[in-house]
Amino acid sequence: MTYESEVRQYRQQQQTRRVFLGRAAQGMGALALGSLLRPDLLSAAAASTDRWTGVVNPTHFPPRAKRVIWLTMAGGPSHLETFDHKPKLAEMHGQPMPESFTQGKQIAQLQGQKLVCYGPQLKFRRFGKTGVELCELFPQIGSVADEICWVRSMTSEAINHDPAHMFMNTGSQIAGRPSMGSWVVYGLGSDAENLPGFVVLTSLGQGGQNQPIAARQWAAGLLPSRFQGVHLRGKGDPVMYLSTPPGVTRERQQNVVQAVNALNAQHDAVVDDPEIATRIAQYEMAFQMQASVPELMDASKEPAHVLDLFGCKPGDGSFASNCLLARRLAERGVRFIQLYHKDWDHHGGVKHGVELKAAEVDRACMALITDLQQRDMLRDTLIVWAGEFGRTPMSQGGDGRDHHNAGFTIWMCGGGVRPGTVFGATDELGYSAVENPVDVHDLHATVLRLLGIEHTRLSLKFQGLDVRLTGIAGKVIQDII
Amino acid sequence: MSFVFHSRSLACLSVLTGLTAFAAPKVEFNRDIRPLLSDNCFACHGPDTQKVKGGLRLDVRDQALKPAKSGKVALVPGRPSESELVRRLLTTDADDLMPPAESHKTLTASQKELLQRWIAEGAEYQGHWAYTPPVRPEIPPGAAAIDYLVRQRLTELGWSPSPEADRRTLIRRLSFDLLGLPPKPEDVRAFELDTAPQAYERLVDRMLASPHYGERMAIGWLDVVRFADTIGYHSDTPRNIWPYRDYVIRAFNSNKPFDQFTREQLAGDLLPQPTLDQKVASAFNRLLLTTEEGGAQEKDYESRYLTDRVRAVGAVWMGQTLGCAQCHDHKFDPLSARDFYSMGAFFADVKEPIIGRREDGAFVPTEAQAVELARHAETVDQLQRTFEGPHPDLEASFQRWVAEQTAAWEQGNRWTNQAPATANSAGGAQLKVRDNRSVLVIGAKPDQDTYSLSFKALPATVVGLRLEVLPDDSLPAKGPGRAGNGNFVLTEVVAWVERTGANPRAVAFASARASWEQTTLVEKNPYGVWSAASVIDGDVKGNSAGWAVLPEVGKPQQLILGLREPLTLAEGETLVVELQQNHGNGSHTLGNFRLATATDPEAIRFPASWPPPKEIAELIRVPADQRDAAHAQKLWAQFREKTPELAPLRQQLADAKKARADFEATVPRCLVTEQNEKPRVVRILPRGNWLIETGDVVAPAVPAFLADQVPLAAGDRRLNRLDLANWLVAPQNPLTARVVMNRMWRQFFGQGVSKVLDDFGAQGEPPRNPALLDWLACEFRDSGWDVKHMVRLIVLSQTYRQTSTASPEQLARDPDNRELARQGRWRVEAELVRDNALSVAGLLVPVVGGPSVKPYQPDGYWENLNFPTRNYDASAGADQYRRGLYVWWQRSYVHPSMLAFDAATREECAAERNRSNIPQQALVLLNDPSYVEAARALAARVLQEGPKDPAERLKWAWRQTLAREPLPVELDTLSALLKKHLTEYGQDPAAAAAYLKVGLWPAPAGLDPAELAAWTDVARTLLNLHEFITRS
Repeated sequence: MTYESEVRQYRQQQQTRRVFLGRAAQGMGALALGSLLRPDLLSAAAASTDRWTGVVNPTHFPPRAKRVIWLTMAGGPSHLETFDHKPKLAEMHGQPMPESFTQGKQIAQLQGQKLVCYGPQLKFRRFGKTGVELCELFPQIGSVADEICWVRSMTSEAINHDPAHMFMNTGSQIAGRPSMGSWVVYGLGSDAENLPGFVVLTSLGQGGQNQPIAARQWAAGLLPSRFQGVHLRGKGDPVMYLSTPPGVTRERQQNVVQAVNALNAQHDAVVDDPEIATRIAQYEMAFQMQASVPELMDASKEPAHVLDLFGCKPGDGSFASNCLLARRLAERGVRFIQLYHKDWDHHGGVKHGVELKAAEVDRACMALITDLQQRDMLRDTLIVWAGEFGRTPMSQGGDGRDHHNAGFTIWMCGGGVRPGTVFGATDELGYSAVENPVDVHDLHATVLRLLGIEHTRLSLKFQGLDVRLTGIAGKVIQDII
Repeated sequence: MSFVFHSRSLACLSVLTGLTAFAAPKVEFNRDIRPLLSDNCFACHGPDTQKVKGGLRLDVRDQALKPAKSGKVALVPGRPSESELVRRLLTTDADDLMPPAESHKTLTASQKELLQRWIAEGAEYQGHWAYTPPVRPEIPPGAAAIDYLVRQRLTELGWSPSPEADRRTLIRRLSFDLLGLPPKPEDVRAFELDTAPQAYERLVDRMLASPHYGERMAIGWLDVVRFADTIGYHSDTPRNIWPYRDYVIRAFNSNKPFDQFTREQLAGDLLPQPTLDQKVASAFNRLLLTTEEGGAQEKDYESRYLTDRVRAVGAVWMGQTLGCAQCHDHKFDPLSARDFYSMGAFFADVKEPIIGRREDGAFVPTEAQAVELARHAETVDQLQRTFEGPHPDLEASFQRWVAEQTAAWEQGNRWTNQAPATANSAGGAQLKVRDNRSVLVIGAKPDQDTYSLSFKALPATVVGLRLEVLPDDSLPAKGPGRAGNGNFVLTEVVAWVERTGANPRAVAFASARASWEQTTLVEKNPYGVWSAASVIDGDVKGNSAGWAVLPEVGKPQQLILGLREPLTLAEGETLVVELQQNHGNGSHTLGNFRLATATDPEAIRFPASWPPPKEIAELIRVPADQRDAAHAQKLWAQFREKTPELAPLRQQLADAKKARADFEATVPRCLVTEQNEKPRVVRILPRGNWLIETGDVVAPAVPAFLADQVPLAAGDRRLNRLDLANWLVAPQNPLTARVVMNRMWRQFFGQGVSKVLDDFGAQGEPPRNPALLDWLACEFRDSGWDVKHMVRLIVLSQTYRQTSTASPEQLARDPDNRELARQGRWRVEAELVRDNALSVAGLLVPVVGGPSVKPYQPDGYWENLNFPTRNYDASAGADQYRRGLYVWWQRSYVHPSMLAFDAATREECAAERNRSNIPQQALVLLNDPSYVEAARALAARVLQEGPKDPAERLKWAWRQTLAREPLPVELDTLSALLKKHLTEYGQDPAAAAAYLKVGLWPAPAGLDPAELAAWTDVARTLLNLHEFITRS
């Protein structure tokens, strides 16, 4: 789909909107005002006026997944203490890392240092019918292991946090490219009423290794701003400037919005400017968001068994709370939900670090999978659990591990991926992906494919190039879908 | 794809197969064919020599006419049916079809016909329009060139221009376009009443002379050069750069010729005797994204910086997507990877840390500050000279000091450092014995700890032990202790000798002395001092007293213990020394230390002074016969730093230096470009991969295909950035003037003559009106790159003055207004949205320049920043009400209300911004405290400055915000709102009070709160109107 066809589609939508709203201009204001007073009318109006239905419409393939929940484990989880068991590395503990493994590879903070093998610090055991070996600190994830597809041969081109996040999110290490959530919403639109199609939630870990995350990670980049991820915050206004000013009641705010829209409509009758109809629709949307977003964020009315399942206190800003919110967002039709859980950057004390992280994410991940399953939503919701890279089999500072991009583990669940699968493998020391290596473009291509999109056909003209999420590469991993 | 049918071409196509040849003007390669070939064919049959398939290139005519690898000829001029290209376009054989299915490219039937007709007409190529020097079109005498050229197009199309807009619209349009501010109602009125023939021209000239003109023009430039206050990557920390922004504003205001503007930014440092302004201009080369992330690799970022800078030159001056040639030869344009890296080599001399904090930069003082800086420098200089002597009166004192130091040094030599055989911590810390025999403590950090050290094979008759405690960068406050302040408390030292098969025998101490004993915080210390003696007291006064050294932390200290009996270890014996640290309370334990033994009883006598530090020891150890004048000078330098006689002078000098530093901290600084003596080596990186270091080394050079056209004479000299700048603004350069004029056109008409501002290559859009762009470029260059001259010509044109209200017919035939049969209308830029509201509220502080400012921002917006974590402190006072272009530009978190209106993040060069229309914009204008406060200020103005009658007040407010009279229906809507809210706030005084407290600006006393609150809602309504934020 090219920019021209996007513009064509946009024009068509504008046209429809004009016909709808502009019919004999003077009638329009009344409709807009009426819809403000009657929410049902409004959603009908908003739906038909400003719903983006996507440039891949119909989809290239029958979609297996309708939405994505992407759990970003920020900082770079150690695959060696989570999901990739390497007994050989334990045997080699304390010995020099053989040069044959490391030659010609990027090294981050261990540059120029003696490279020494560092054995896995945590015990592994088998889980589920498939008997997949996982670190024993993840028994809850283990309990649903048969639902999960493990990719143990993930690679990335970048080895520092910021570029690696950029690469994982946009398929490029150059700032300013659209993030995958923006691509997906651009491609497919969103079913969410009065909520953005791409939502981001963040949570901090207790270990304090909280690497910075830039807003560019969920930016629309070259795509129009409407596709940018909206960061729903745990503290303060969940969306920037969502609350009315103090002393202004919802009714008075409504009076102001009504007046604005009525005056805009009156002006449109004079100048006949298509942008005005859009403006009116956006004011209606904004006013609705002022009510719908707080309702969404308030998970306290969830039944007790659900709260127990997640093991969280609504509003505590924890990863578990965000998983619960992710499910609520998924229910409301949000297309792409991305959670960041920070604090996986274990240059030192990797054992204790992963112990802390396991306690924070293990139950929550299981709860998310289970809850979606109970609602029959797991089959069309794709969950991806991934860091921006993994960690070295070599020790750093005696008890930590450095950044590592030659091989690490991610997992996927639901949304049409093959459950209970282990795909790919690293070498015996957990250094390089040697069996079925998967790069970031392949991962993106696969996710798009599950959503019904042929990744080479979702593009945007920029500086003369057909820019794609998958760059000029990417192959769908057929074996896991 | 970007090919657009002209109605002319369509007309031709319909008769293509007919008999009437007269109606078909020739197909034009640049306009009609190149875009088709480029988008559909060049990827495999274009300039990228590595990727050419089947030996066929279609971008060069000679090659396209030759047989390809298959032996077939793609283009046979005049004979479409014999041309392989045509056969492959039309074939039904999926294997042969071009473009192939996997490219997802298809040509329409009419495009295929167009290609055939072009071949039939001879398959003639043209040089790419943007690489062909602009030719000044003929303009009839007396005609205004812009209007003439625009109307020539309109006449061809059979359209007519729109009438001139009304005066109120014109002044508002000019105000936004030239100043970025709304006109004052009185200025609108005056202009409406000014019937003089030159009224419009005079208005334009007044605006061009305003200091706000430079601010307005700077916005677009700051986007395209990616100016921001922070480094961008990872920690996104601040850097000193705002003086560059002010340079840009001044440059536009003083109408600096664009060629000079170019030279100063790319190479200000290379100009002869550069002025401060020119040095600040060279900050351009420092605007890119940089990183402080730990573990970032130099080569990686060296490559990132190089590519970033090449992309910038491509975007700012050349309109070329040079970035595409980073990994391979360009797919569509004649740019090779060699061209790319050669261009990058121009910047290899920019002095900068690749990883880590940027330097503070050059001082950018005001005139008064410059005087003060010089005064400070003079004072320090004078004192320094006095201090450095000579001091004949101190000769005797000097000799005495040398003798003392020599004795102390000899004393120190009586000690031998001993590495422990084992070193353990009872508290679980790790003790690492290092090569210099010191012991560094890492890992667990218990409150109390005891270190056990064992020694074998010591010299015979040891009479004393020395414990040095040493600073280390890994320790808090550099140590030597592990407490947060670098301190420790050594509570007891116990030693004994172990021997297998026998009881240990105790080693007793007779004396203990230390280089420094802490005398503060002694309230609970039974000795009244943290003394050396208390470490050998057998803990008779409790085990929490001991030796400590505050405030003398961060430097070496020592403890000397004399043994009661000389000690000699027999074969198989081990000395164990236990360092007990039982103070508790925040890890008051040792972080770095070393033990030594002495056998000479002299060693434990009271020395006249402690052993000299390393730098003095090294001078003392030089034998007398090897000492020379330089040696004496060095000794004197050490003596001057130590001797009490010079203490007052030292103090004076230190005070003067501190005063200078304090003053310097108040002087603005700016990163500038300085030259590395040796430029970094630049290699071609295969596939852009910086790990591969086998590519050719390249020297600075401009792209080969343009080098022929625009020669660059340097002889054997390595080319530099000044050469590059001169080349960019050379009269023969076909790109720069066009690129700059095309961007300028967008500021005044909403889009460029070519709508693709940043790609003048094959994949861009050929200008809709090539003669117009050529004329603008020629005029710009020939006027001496006079920016104001061009702005003036544009805004004085009739084309600019047309009304922007489109008739349904205009909208239908030219929805994007490409042909300019009317003016455009669009929502103003993010900065202007803010300026407009503050201005009508009367809050705007129109100061030009200065450090960036921080408007209110939602709490926690920066919570995901780290290294360090940061709080956002909103500016107080006047700085809260400055123009949008002065807002603090945090690249990873641009101010959210600016971002909502499409402000660029300035991570990459951006030639244009989106103009989106999204719900977040409504939330900002409705709820952001800046806008709520502006609404209250406007309401207060209505009540204080406006008329008394409510209806008249509404009209007054309307004129203030929209510069026009309201319609009756509009007045009704507003007045209904006012009435309702007057009643409501009257009944709810608490709500009114809360509402009026938003923002720092206090509501004037004496206004009725309910009335002010209700009017604030009226004002808020006005500030939210689409018309209010629209330039029409």
